[in-house]
Amino acid sequence: MDKNNKIKIIVNGKLLTVNFKFSLKNLIEQLKTPINKVAIELNKEIVDKKKINKIFLKNKDKIEIVHFIGGG
Amino acid sequence: MKLDILKIANKKFKSRLIVGTGKYKNMQECAKAIKISGAEIVTVAVRRVNISDRSKPLLMDYINPKKIMYLPNTAGCFTSNDALRTLRLAREIGGWKIVKLEVLGDKKNLFPDMIETLKSTEVLTKEGFKVMVYCNDDPLMCKRLENSGASAIMPLAAPIGSGLGIQNKTNIKILRHQTKVPLIIDAGIGQASDAVEAMEMGCDAVLINTAIAKAKKPFQMAEAMKYAVISGRKSFLSGRIMPNFHGSPSTTKKGLI
Repeated sequence: MDKNNKIKIIVNGKLLTVNFKFSLKNLIEQLKTPINKVAIELNKEIVDKKKINKIFLKNKDKIEIVHFIGGG
Repeated sequence: MKLDILKIANKKFKSRLIVGTGKYKNMQECAKAIKISGAEIVTVAVRRVNISDRSKPLLMDYINPKKIMYLPNTAGCFTSNDALRTLRLAREIGGWKIVKLEVLGDKKNLFPDMIETLKSTEVLTKEGFKVMVYCNDDPLMCKRLENSGASAIMPLAAPIGSGLGIQNKTNIKILRHQTKVPLIIDAGIGQASDAVEAMEMGCDAVLINTAIAKAKKPFQMAEAMKYAVISGRKSFLSGRIMPNFHGSPSTTKKGLI
């Protein structure tokens, strides 16, 4: 956490700066991600999508948000 | 006539053609080709959501997973850990339990790493997954996969995307003889006759992606593959005549003038 109450997180390999006390739900809403079409990993642990409002992000957290694409 | 049903992990399917959703020009083309093919199962891959460009179309907007079964695949995974991670995430997206496992071992020919594949099958089966396994056509490894609880054995006909057709017919025949779960030819089909051949050998289904997606006319090829699979299956079930090196007239001599 820096002086401005901001934390740095990495989402799908990209660095994002968000406010302290930012929940995973806040992130999903900010990214406008359709929650029923994705899976979320926080620091390599799969997250229960029902609990994202209770998960608050910490500095240097790594988040992966994945979905289905065309493939063989 | 009795309905010829394909049963995979207790789910029933009428179509014996499974198609991939990769390599199409766009989602519309992909969705239309799938519809024409009559496939009830499509393979899909798990990848990062594009967080900077949200205008990108989503697969689920074009292919309804309630109407067509998504078969999450581990395409691009080279280790057991990556494959496990991918499929656990896939399950989390929406409760998918029937999955396709593919652990590659060689970047050039895309042959599967069978040691990693076997390890992953064991773990996934214990976690309650129904695993359809892309594998080599080696009967011993295929037996091990089956003994580890694989829900379908899916040997390659030839390298992925090569279109070479069935290269090792002897092994496929041996596999047909020994395999109790569905045996599905996955990878290497190039044209309709390859699909017919696989089905005439008694395979339970075929999985095709590149041969349709990269054909000059994908929709027409999707239709050709649909009928190839139906034709090959019916031919297999019909009890073919024994091949004979002598001719046998089709018309009786009786009444000949």
